[in-house]
Amino acid sequence: METNTILEINHLVKSFGDNEVLKDIDFSTKKGDVICIIGSSGSGKSTLLRCINMLESPTSGEILHKGNNINETALKLNEYRSKVGMVFQSFNLFNNMTVLENCMIGVTTVRKKDRVYARIVAMRYLKKVGMAAYINAKPHQLSGGQKQRVAIARALAMEPEMILFDEPTSALDPEMVGEVLTVMKTLAKEGMTMIVVTHEMAFARDVSTRVVFMDNGLIAEEGPPEQIFATPQNDRTKEFLARFISS
Amino acid sequence: MNSNLPTTFWGWIPFLFHEYLPMFVKGAAITFYISVIGTLMGLIIGLLAGIIQTIPVEIKDNPFKKALLCITKSLLKVYIEFFRGTPMMVQAMIVYYGLMQVFQIDLSSMAAGLLVVSINTGAYMAETVRGGIISIDEGQTEAAKALGMTHFRTMYSIVLPQAFRNIIPQIGNNLITNIKDTSVLSAIAVPELFLAGKSASTTYFRYFEVYFIICIVYLTMTLTVSRLLRMLENILDGPSSYELAEEFQEEITADLKETFII
Ligand SMILES: Nc1ncnc2c1ncn2[C@@H]1O[C@H](COP(=O)(O)OP(=O)(O)O)[C@@H](O)[C@H]1O
Ligand SMILES: [Mg+2]
Repeated sequence: METNTILEINHLVKSFGDNEVLKDIDFSTKKGDVICIIGSSGSGKSTLLRCINMLESPTSGEILHKGNNINETALKLNEYRSKVGMVFQSFNLFNNMTVLENCMIGVTTVRKKDRVYARIVAMRYLKKVGMAAYINAKPHQLSGGQKQRVAIARALAMEPEMILFDEPTSALDPEMVGEVLTVMKTLAKEGMTMIVVTHEMAFARDVSTRVVFMDNGLIAEEGPPEQIFATPQNDRTKEFLARFISS
Repeated sequence: MNSNLPTTFWGWIPFLFHEYLPMFVKGAAITFYISVIGTLMGLIIGLLAGIIQTIPVEIKDNPFKKALLCITKSLLKVYIEFFRGTPMMVQAMIVYYGLMQVFQIDLSSMAAGLLVVSINTGAYMAETVRGGIISIDEGQTEAAKALGMTHFRTMYSIVLPQAFRNIIPQIGNNLITNIKDTSVLSAIAVPELFLAGKSASTTYFRYFEVYFIICIVYLTMTLTVSRLLRMLENILDGPSSYELAEEFQEEITADLKETFII
């Protein structure tokens, strides 16, 4: 195994009752990858991300983090989660805390750093996403785009090895999509490892290093963006892309 | 009969008020004391019960922990149903006389009263707190999990502060209910406001006048309490606007310009 492989998923299966939502997923991520997962609604994209950071526990299969099975090794679950950030469609900021506190709480309670350090790290990433002026605001006082940028700063403040994004712009008004995608583009350029579930095809085409097309709980096709968008092999991929381009 | 006694309703009120002032004050003080302390104790019981009831059982937990949690949760359910499903006056009798006869514990009526109000309120608060906790959207809990925060950390820093803010009106309701319902403790001879009225009314047989005064005193207490709670809510809500951090005011415009050029 290459030393810079962060994540390796083998034969991952996830069922909710009788409903097999993920069927035998194989997937791996190297440092610096920007992987976009595309596919129609209900194909299991969110479930895959949620299994990756164990918000759902897989029914079978293994998830290896740097070669260690996260279900079996001594590596603590919370320690693993602190290394894999997550950005949600619905932002999920902590409503009782200010912007600054949102970005500090993980640093103080999970990374166990003091408040001075936490504040410096939080400020660094809030500046990066253009939200440093809003440190005293509460989430309900922000627009959707601002909330999502704070959520990204909160994930960055953990200084994670990779960040998972689950449709980060789907809940946003169209005029706010740009500001969030710009932040994500910057992160990608700086070498952050990212897995992004998205319907923003332009972003997938221009920013990703690899595109994964999911269909009905399976990875139907994957490859570099040029290949997936220009010469898709799988009929389902063609169909899906045709629908997107026409709309 | 003494010919100096008043003859009209509005004559009796100041007369009785003056004559029994110390007794009314003492009664009101005891009512207030038992209600406030009982509500606070009940809140503590309710918080603990609510927190325990919402501990998630995970598949990977060891069987001993699972069993312990399961039993504790069932016992809490029994406790809640029992104390919400029976009158507080009956509970007072059972606690006061039961402890005395069965366990030879001779509680003062004050202590028994306080105990009953506390556990009774605890049963109501347990449900209030549980409702407050589950009303906080799952998304925030998941975000905390994704950061690597433990369940108890998440509760303490994120869920409980918000749940607590949301249940203040219900805590207030409970306190007001308790101010009124401590009157049933007169059944075990706690010298609270109602019992004070009862004693005061029998000397001159002026029931209407005495209970009119008592009624006003209850109303004064409950109205004061609801005002105070409203003020507490406003304080906890904090300022409705925020200030931009000054050192970044210039940067923000630059940032925004940059951000919107895609
Ligand atoms: N917690 C759950 N319980 C039951 N079914 C679920 C749950 N989460 C997702 N599903 C089902 O799994 C399927 C895939 O969902 P999801 O991963 O959210 O798809 P996508 O993100 O690609 O739209 C859907 O059919 C959905 O109904
Ligand atoms: Mg989804």
